[in-house]
Amino acid sequence: MAITMTKGQAGLTGNSAIAYAMKQINPDVCPAYPITPSTAVIEEFASYVADGAVTTELITVESEHSAMSACIGAAAAGARVMTATSSQGLALMWEMLYIASGMRLPIILTDVNRALSAPINIHCDHSDSMGARDSGWIQLYSETVQEAYDNLIQAVRIAEDETVQLPVMVCLDGFITSHAIENITLLSDEEVQGFVGEYNAKTTLLDIDHPVTMGAMSLPENYIDFKFQQSEAIARSKDTVLKVAEDFEKRFGRKYGLFEGYRLEDAEIAIVILNSAAGTTKVAVDELRKKGLKAGLLRPRLFRPFPFKELAEALKDKKAIAVLDRADSMNGFGGPVFNELRSALYDVPKRPKVVSRIYGLGGRDYKVKDAIAVFEELKTIAETGMVDTLQKYITI
Amino acid sequence: MSVPAEKKEKVSVPFDYNKYLRPNKLPHIWCPGCGHGIVLKAMLRAIDKTGFDKNDICVISGIGCSSRTPGYVDFNTLHTLHGRALSFATGVKFANPKLKVIVVTGDGDALAIGGNHFIHTCRRNIDLTVLVFTNATYGMTGGQYSPTTPMGSQATTSRYGSIEPPFDACEMAKASGASFVARGTAYHTLELEKTIHEAIMHKGTSVVDIIDACPTYYGRANKFKSATHMMEVIEKENTVNVKQADKLPPEKLEGKFLRGVLHKIEKPEYCEQYESIVMEKAKAK
Ligand SMILES: Cc1ncc(C[n+]2csc(CCOP(=O)(O)OP(=O)(O)O)c2C)c(N)n1
Ligand code: SF4
Ligand SMILES: [Mg+2]
Repeated sequence: MAITMTKGQAGLTGNSAIAYAMKQINPDVCPAYPITPSTAVIEEFASYVADGAVTTELITVESEHSAMSACIGAAAAGARVMTATSSQGLALMWEMLYIASGMRLPIILTDVNRALSAPINIHCDHSDSMGARDSGWIQLYSETVQEAYDNLIQAVRIAEDETVQLPVMVCLDGFITSHAIENITLLSDEEVQGFVGEYNAKTTLLDIDHPVTMGAMSLPENYIDFKFQQSEAIARSKDTVLKVAEDFEKRFGRKYGLFEGYRLEDAEIAIVILNSAAGTTKVAVDELRKKGLKAGLLRPRLFRPFPFKELAEALKDKKAIAVLDRADSMNGFGGPVFNELRSALYDVPKRPKVVSRIYGLGGRDYKVKDAIAVFEELKTIAETGMVDTLQKYITI
Repeated sequence: MSVPAEKKEKVSVPFDYNKYLRPNKLPHIWCPGCGHGIVLKAMLRAIDKTGFDKNDICVISGIGCSSRTPGYVDFNTLHTLHGRALSFATGVKFANPKLKVIVVTGDGDALAIGGNHFIHTCRRNIDLTVLVFTNATYGMTGGQYSPTTPMGSQATTSRYGSIEPPFDACEMAKASGASFVARGTAYHTLELEKTIHEAIMHKGTSVVDIIDACPTYYGRANKFKSATHMMEVIEKENTVNVKQADKLPPEKLEGKFLRGVLHKIEKPEYCEQYESIVMEKAKAK
């Protein structure tokens, strides 16, 4: 896979960019099983392996269940491990996701977001990664191809940080980001290698001088203590995400935080939305700003751990907020992002009105006009202080 | 390569496929030259021959190009998850043993991600007909090697040739306990129709391994000139009907797949056994 670059810029799809980042990271082991729309990540990475561009052992197993199991085995043996999947593939890994985080193994997984069956659908929504939100994995979401590429490189450092030691999932939108070509800035192999550094696992199964057992039986005497430590570690990872982003910015100039605010500071009404749909929403914000409406956007980048304090701080003096979820937490209290964000705002002195809107399931288009319609609703809510419909589906 | 002439069979009136198809679901997704459509037609003719009512038939599949079949046919149909068709089918059959349950599955679906269900279905000998579309690849996801890809073959995941020994689905089915095991090819379409018919009529787990071609991925990766070239080489020249096999010297059989009914025994069927225990215990009360 030759990538043509002009002044460090290349036109790449999200999948190609992820595969290229994996090539530059050169992990020790990559167990994988194909599934649309993430297949091309591994397909292109397989070409790098075949061309000798990396020294990775690519293990083509017979299912995602086996893929994540092999990731865990390899990581437990001290290897730097990466894989990619989507939808049912992530669902089939579910049992193992908890093993990976419980054993504190810094595995990196790219999830190219796709809807879950039934009915069968191959297009984008976030029900796959949202289904894994309680699995103890750190989750980074990406608006663009550039961000997906940058997130993957940062994920390695976050996962392997001594104070963290947890798996990280990098999410990008199926087809919309994974298959669309975007002009992005690539780092050189040396820059990536210099940034991620060499991985030396602290405890490994192959260290025969210091034998360990992993995943052993742990009953009421200590199970909860392990979980407490794990919970502390994922909470700590928030600082690591910022620390790694800071170093990334220092070296390469691109700035990342826990979330992105777009014309947010003086906004009175705001949409909160993940991934590629933020791009569409920004266009709507600009249009409405021209008409004098103080609209803004907040796009969470880190969803696990959930940066509730920072999000509440950023949104505390808005009048009305709509949280747009591309996944439904079927008959929970609104979509998953809404649910947590609204809860995060509970303690602010002047609580904004917050509504839940479920959009774009199974790849349904979310257009500028949809965002504008939401902002118009928010405008009314802000003016009247009254919420007509707390939660509903849009784009239907 | 010369093979003994096949017995010529007559096709009489053109078969009306439309009575079993869902016209609003057509055209299908299969590529020109794909073997799956030929197998679908053989299956419909075989079902027709059984005389069963459409409503008594349930066609179930997993995920894959082959597994798209149930979408096109007008029976009770269930399109499920990759690898899990046999488990869904076991549930259907158990809940309603009167249904004739046919599972349409790919070699990847049945033998890779669903391999565990395959052996346990056979072991129980539950009355299902399992049609494995063996095209030696994961067609739907772009031509990765599958558990039936011959060693040395090219795939997107085996750029220097596959180093994994393939499964023989028939050997595996037989060893796992299926009471009817057969093989056919898309090329020998009339023979296939008969084999599928016999499989459906058999009580117990009936597995038919059906060799067909994926010209788009397997064919291109392995430098076949065309879909028909693939059929000639893989399906015609590389297989021998089991009835002719006895008459051939061993060197003529080397590396070839046998076609036809390879294993057929009478054996207690799972649902019936379950039912008989229930009846026995009920009587004892
Ligand atoms: C859990 C899960 N993993 C992966 C996939 C992606 N997938 C769809 S079809 C397929 C392979 C199909 O191969 P096969 O069963 O041989 O059918 P064919 O397309 O060759 O007819 C894969 C890997 C999926 N749908 N679900
Ligand atoms: S990809 Fe292969 S198996 Fe799938 S429809 Fe095309 S030819 Fe058939
Ligand atoms: Mg196949």
